[in-house]
Amino acid sequence: MRYSGFKVIKEALTGHKGWKPVWRDPEPKPHYDIVIIGGGGHGLATAHYLAKIYGHRNIAVIEKGWIGGGNVGRNTTIVRSNYLLDGNEPFYEFSLKLWEGLEQDVNYNAMVSQRGIINLIHSDAQRDAFTRRGNAMILNGADAELLDAEQVRKEYPFLNFNDARFPIKGGLAQRRGGTVRHDAVAWGYARSADGFGADIIQNCEVTGFRIEDGKCLGVETSKGFIGAGKVGCAVAGNSGRLMGMAGMRLPIESHVLQAFVSEGLKPVLPGVITFGAGHFYVSQSDKGGLVFGGDLDGYNSYAQRGNLPVVEDVCEGGMALMPMIGRARLLRMWGGIMDMSMDGSPIIDRTDIDGLYFNGGWCYGGFKATPASGHCFAHLLARDEPHPTATAYRFDRFRTGRMIDEKGMGNQPNLH
Amino acid sequence: MIINHPLLGSRDSSEFVYLGDASLIDRPDWQAEHAAEAFYDYAYLRDNPAGEHRELWFHEGGDRSWLVVTRNTVTHEISKVELARDVARAQGRSK
Repeated sequence: MRYSGFKVIKEALTGHKGWKPVWRDPEPKPHYDIVIIGGGGHGLATAHYLAKIYGHRNIAVIEKGWIGGGNVGRNTTIVRSNYLLDGNEPFYEFSLKLWEGLEQDVNYNAMVSQRGIINLIHSDAQRDAFTRRGNAMILNGADAELLDAEQVRKEYPFLNFNDARFPIKGGLAQRRGGTVRHDAVAWGYARSADGFGADIIQNCEVTGFRIEDGKCLGVETSKGFIGAGKVGCAVAGNSGRLMGMAGMRLPIESHVLQAFVSEGLKPVLPGVITFGAGHFYVSQSDKGGLVFGGDLDGYNSYAQRGNLPVVEDVCEGGMALMPMIGRARLLRMWGGIMDMSMDGSPIIDRTDIDGLYFNGGWCYGGFKATPASGHCFAHLLARDEPHPTATAYRFDRFRTGRMIDEKGMGNQPNLH
Repeated sequence: MIINHPLLGSRDSSEFVYLGDASLIDRPDWQAEHAAEAFYDYAYLRDNPAGEHRELWFHEGGDRSWLVVTRNTVTHEISKVELARDVARAQGRSK
């Protein structure tokens, strides 16, 4: 069933009796060409691109809970491609271009909104760094615009420009950045993959891998053994746990990151504002809530909830940046588990086990990467070679010293 | 989270800085034959368990001692706190 304006009108006139379930709920077959573990954004996107671009039909996505119940439903919905380093920027720009065509590609309204993102500048040194970053973005085909304080003031007159510690001196804007309705991303990819014949199997937990003579033959699950020509893991947050079942140790720690949403307000924030110096960023959802967040709690965690010191820190950042936020009441807060890698960049690579492939280490930048991550992982699974924009995301970069460390923090995952 | 410091009693975790897995105490011998491999393992690979985790916390806002805290990464419950110095000495380190 294709969605269209015509279809909506027709259903409105006929009592909405023609809508059907958006994907099937199949039992697993004994064997698939490719099994993807993890029914989040990245896993479902992988299935979509495997089917649509690479022509694979005999594939399955297995998910221990329900699809979209993990980090794709827990992030703050921001998309952007404002990276500096060669290993990253072409990949994230590829992702932003895929976002721009996503709704037509999957025939699903994901509310892609290119409302723009501004990183605030507070000092000369920061302006130099952001100028360099903006130039790197432009060299890679992205858009970037350096703003002075007056230009920022015109768009966001309510910000605290004269803060004693971090006065606002300008910003680096990416107009093509913005927000996307995260749940609809999972549902849109799931519906598309299902339409191509991929099986999406929910409530099916992987309990182990069947590995013989260095080759992965399939996965043991709560619904029995599922054989597979190739197995792809896309379970960021739980990568350490899953790959541990295959006997692998990863250059990854799991950390909790909290996010917050206020009560619904009238439109006040036209785009996304990041206040890196104060560990705070904010946007406004179409429903009206201010969606904001800050830093990691900073300790290893699988708990999907954080502690109060970080709540205080984030709210202080918000008060420093836009004091009027103090008038809004906090509606909800929650936590998600991040695969924090040792250099702050992801991994999309083969493993030493034949037929076992890995996608993870997304730190807290996984949502914006969803389309390119799926596309590149599908490319790797289908062709056994990395996609041209993802060649740097190798496991062995830690061994060989080819780190992609945007923040220059070294092997301290809670600081990336 | 409240960390029960062996010398100072109950302290709020926000007084501390977190480093990571307590295996970071066991720095490899740089003169050993396979030192490069051992340092790769030491610096970059982690067990990253869901459950009990032994980890290093530094009391930066206090007496500046290093602690080994045993904490559950699923519930955040802290079951044991030791001075890192004692842990290292028990493993045969002299200083």
